Amino acid sequence: MFAVLRDLIRYNTEFTIGLVMVGIVAIFAGLSFFSPVDPTQIYLAIPDQPPSAQYWFGTNSRGQDLFWQLSAAFRNSLIFGITVAVLSRIISIAVGLTAGYLGGWVDRVLMFINDIFVAVPIFPILVLFYFVLRNHMDSFTMALIMACFGWPFDARLIRSVALGLKHREFTRHAVFAGMSTRKVLLEEHLPYVMPIVFSTFMNNMLWSIGMEVTLAVLGFTNINNPTIGTVLYWANSHSAMVVGVWWWVVIPVILIVITFLGLFLLAVSMNEYIDPRSRLRRMGA
Amino acid sequence: MADNILEVEALKAYYQMSYFGVNREVRAVDGITMGIKRREVYGIAGESSSGKTSFIKVLAAAIRPPLRVISGTATYDFGGAKTDVTIATPAEIDAIRWRHLSYIMQGSMSTLNPVRRIGRIFEDFAARPLGLSGSAFRQRVVEHLGHLKLPPSVLNAYPHELSGGMRQRVTIGLATVCKPDFIIADEPTTALDVVVQKDVLSLIKNLQTEMGSSIVFVTHDMSVHANIADRIGIIYAGRLVEEAPTRTLFTAPKHPYSAHLVASLPRIGDTTQRPALEGRPPSLAAPPAGCRFHPRCPLAIDKCKTEAPPLVSVGTDHRSACWRANDVEPLVPGHHHAGVAA
Amino acid sequence: MSALLEVADVSKRFQMGGILGRQEVRAVDQVSFGIAADKPEIFTIIGESGSGKTTLARMILGLERPTEGNILFRGQPVRHDNRADRLKFMANVQPVFQNPFEAFNPLKRVDRYLQSTARRYLAARDKASIEAAMDGALQKVGLSLAEIGGRFPHELSGGQLQRVAIARALIPNPPLLIADEPVSMVDASLRMAIVNLLKALRDDFGVSVIYITHDLATAYYISDRLIIMQKGRVVEMGPARAVLDAPEHPYSQLLKASVLSADDAGAGKLKPANDLLQLSDERLRQAESSRLEERTDGRRVRV
Repeated sequence: MFAVLRDLIRYNTEFTIGLVMVGIVAIFAGLSFFSPVDPTQIYLAIPDQPPSAQYWFGTNSRGQDLFWQLSAAFRNSLIFGITVAVLSRIISIAVGLTAGYLGGWVDRVLMFINDIFVAVPIFPILVLFYFVLRNHMDSFTMALIMACFGWPFDARLIRSVALGLKHREFTRHAVFAGMSTRKVLLEEHLPYVMPIVFSTFMNNMLWSIGMEVTLAVLGFTNINNPTIGTVLYWANSHSAMVVGVWWWVVIPVILIVITFLGLFLLAVSMNEYIDPRSRLRRMGA
Repeated sequence: MADNILEVEALKAYYQMSYFGVNREVRAVDGITMGIKRREVYGIAGESSSGKTSFIKVLAAAIRPPLRVISGTATYDFGGAKTDVTIATPAEIDAIRWRHLSYIMQGSMSTLNPVRRIGRIFEDFAARPLGLSGSAFRQRVVEHLGHLKLPPSVLNAYPHELSGGMRQRVTIGLATVCKPDFIIADEPTTALDVVVQKDVLSLIKNLQTEMGSSIVFVTHDMSVHANIADRIGIIYAGRLVEEAPTRTLFTAPKHPYSAHLVASLPRIGDTTQRPALEGRPPSLAAPPAGCRFHPRCPLAIDKCKTEAPPLVSVGTDHRSACWRANDVEPLVPGHHHAGVAA
Repeated sequence: MSALLEVADVSKRFQMGGILGRQEVRAVDQVSFGIAADKPEIFTIIGESGSGKTTLARMILGLERPTEGNILFRGQPVRHDNRADRLKFMANVQPVFQNPFEAFNPLKRVDRYLQSTARRYLAARDKASIEAAMDGALQKVGLSLAEIGGRFPHELSGGQLQRVAIARALIPNPPLLIADEPVSMVDASLRMAIVNLLKALRDDFGVSVIYITHDLATAYYISDRLIIMQKGRVVEMGPARAVLDAPEHPYSQLLKASVLSADDAGAGKLKPANDLLQLSDERLRQAESSRLEERTDGRRVRV
C-alpha cells in the first residue's frame, strides 16, 4: 500500500497535486481540534475585521474569528462527507456483490429496490426530513439519510463487475475448494471492485458535501453547527458582499475549490492507477 | 539468395516499458536471422511468450511502442522494390499493405466489424488497393469467394450470422482477395474444430499454390505444421533454435527442444509412453545465460551454461543452434518400442 | 459391480430466444454410461464445440440439473438442497479446469485454494496438518509446498499451475476427477507432463478421471473407454483403443480422418474427408429415429 502511494506520488503529477490540495485542507481542518475558541459562540472577537496578522482570515459580522470558524466548518464537512461515502460504499458493495454473484430472485429483488432509490428524488426528501426533524436534524442523521441515497448507481456498477467475475473459472475453483459465499465475495471478488469503490468514494464525497452546502445555504440544516454550508448561509444572511466583508465569502469559496479539485484529482489518478485496463493501455498491450 | 522474398538480418526487437518507476525490458526477439523463399509456406513454431508473436508483429510492419526494433533489418523484396519494414515510413508500408503483404488473424470475430455487412468490410479493406469499384469490384470478390467455397450471399450477411468456419474463411478471403505476395497467418485455425480446421488449412494451401504467394504460418501445433509447412523454424525464448524442411525436422531434428516437440506428439495407434519436458519456458525479461534451453535440456553440458550456441548449418537447408547438435537423437518413438501398457 | 457414477438417460434442454420464436436446444440427449467403483479408469468424452460435452460435465458436477434422467453418485442423486450434502459430494467429485491461468485469482496466492480445500474437506484445523495435506497432494503431482507456497499465479507456468490445480483437487482424496480440456491451454512442451500425470493418478492412486477433450490423439493415449458425442448425442462408445483404431460411425470416422497426423510430415496431406462429412450429416438428419446398438467387441454404435 505504501509502495503504491510512493509510486503514485513520484510518477503521477495529478495525484501529487491532488494529495497536496487535500492535505492542506485536511491539516487546516485538523487544527480545529486545537481551537482556542468555541466555534458555536458568537461575538468573541471584534466583528468585520479584514484579514490581518491577528486574524489571518479576518472576522465575520457575528464576531467570530474566521480562521477557527472555517477550520471547524471544514472538519465537520469532511467528516460528514467521509461518513456518507463510507456508509454508502458499504451498502453498494454488499448489494452489488450479492446481487451479481447470487443472481436469480435475490438479484431481481435487490435491483428492484436499487431502482426505486435511483428514481426517488433526494433533494425534496432531505427538505422533508428537515421540516419533520427540525433541530434534531444533526450532521449524523443527515449523513445517514444521504448514505441511503448515495449507493444505488455504484451498486449497479459493482454488480456488473460481479456478474463478470461470477463466470470466471477461479470463482468456480474457489467454490470447489470449499470456500463459503461470504469468503468468495469478500476475498475473491472484492479486490476486483476496489478500484470502483475508491474512485466512487471521492465522487460520493464531492456529491454529499455539495448537497450539504446547497441545503445549508437555503437554511434547511441546523444553522448553528459550523459547516461549509452554514458559513456561507450566515455570510449571505448578513449580506457580506454588499457590506464589504468579502473575505467571509471569498476565503471559504477558495478553500472549497481546493477541496473539490483535490478530491477530483485523487479520484481520477487513483482510478487510472488501479484500473488495469487504463494501465494496460499505457503499456501498449 | 536472390529468390528470397523476405530477408531478416540479426533482428532484435524489445519491449521497453516504464510505468510508475518500473523499467522493464523484454527481449522478445533477440537476434533472428532467416530468409523466406518465394512460393513457400514457412512454419513458425513456439510456445506462448517465446517471442513468436512479437517477431511476426515486426514482419507485419506493426511495430508500435512499447515494442521497438533495436537493431537488424527485415527487408521484403516485392519484384525489385525493396522495403525494410524496420525503417519504412507509414506511407511506404501503406503502399505494400494488402497488395503485397497481408495477414490472416486468429480471432475472426474481432477482425470483422460486427455491425458491418461482409460486403462492406470487403470494400473497406480491398477496394482501394485493388483500384476497382462498383460491379467490377463485386465481381472480383464473388469470384474470389468461390475459391473459398463461399456463396455470394455471404456478402449480405453480418459476421455473427456466419458459423466459425465460414467467418474464418471470410477473413482468409479478405487477406487474399488482393492476391498478395506474402501472407502472415497467425494461428488462423487454433479456435476451430478439427473437421473445420482441416478444411480451412486445405483452402489456405490451395490458395497459396494457385496465387504463388509465400506464407508465414504461425502456430504452436506441430501437427498443423507437419501438414502445411514446407520449412519450419522453431523459436525458443526469442531466438531461432532450429530451421529445417518439414520432413527433416520431424525425422531428424538437430535441437533437443524440437526433438522433444516432435517426440511428445501423441499419435492414434501408438500408446508408447510420451516423454514430458520438465521446467518452464524462461522469462524473456531475465533469460538464462548461455543457451536459453540449457536448464531444461537433457543434453546440457557446462559450455551450454555460459556460451550461447550460434545458429549454424548442420545439413542441407538445415540450421540448428546447439553445441551438441550431432548428439541429438531423433526421439520419435516407433512402433517397435515396447508399448507401456495402460 | 458397484457403480461409482451412473449417468442414466440424461438429457438437458435449454430454451433459447425471446418471447417470439422460442427455440429448444437439446444440449445433451439421452446419454447413459457408468463408472465402476472398484476399477479406476480414464473415461473420455470426445466432442467438438456444441457437442454437449461441457454441459454433460457440468451436470455431473452438479452445476446444472438434467432436464430428464438421473445422475447417481454412489447411488445418491447429484442434486443437493443443503450445503452439508453439497460439500460431501464435492469432497468426492472434483473438477480440473480448462485454463490454468483463469482458474486462479491473479490477485491471490495460489496456495489459498489448497488451504481452503484442506480446511474444509479434511476438517484439518491446525497449521501443521493443513500443510501436511497440501504438501502430500503437491508431491503427488511432482511439486512441493516449498516451491509453491506463497507464489502468485503469474510466477508459475501454465503447466505448473495446472498441476497445482490437480493437486488441489486431490486433497480430499476424491475417487473421481472431472477434467474439462485440461491441456488445451497448456504449452506444447508442458502438455505431456499433465497428460502423463492423469495416467499416473489412475495407475498409482486409483483415481478415476472423466477426461473431456476434442483431441483424439491424447484420448487414444490415455483413455480406457470413451464416448464420442455429436450435437448432444452419443454416436459411438466403447473401449478407447478398439473404437479409435476402427471407428464405425461415419462421424467418428470423420473425426479420425480430420486429425492431422505428424507421421507423414511434409507430405501435405490436407484433403478434407468430404464423403465422410456428407455421410455423417445424413446420419445426423436421421438421428431422431436412431438408437445405440451393441457390437461384439463391447462398443455401442448409433444406427
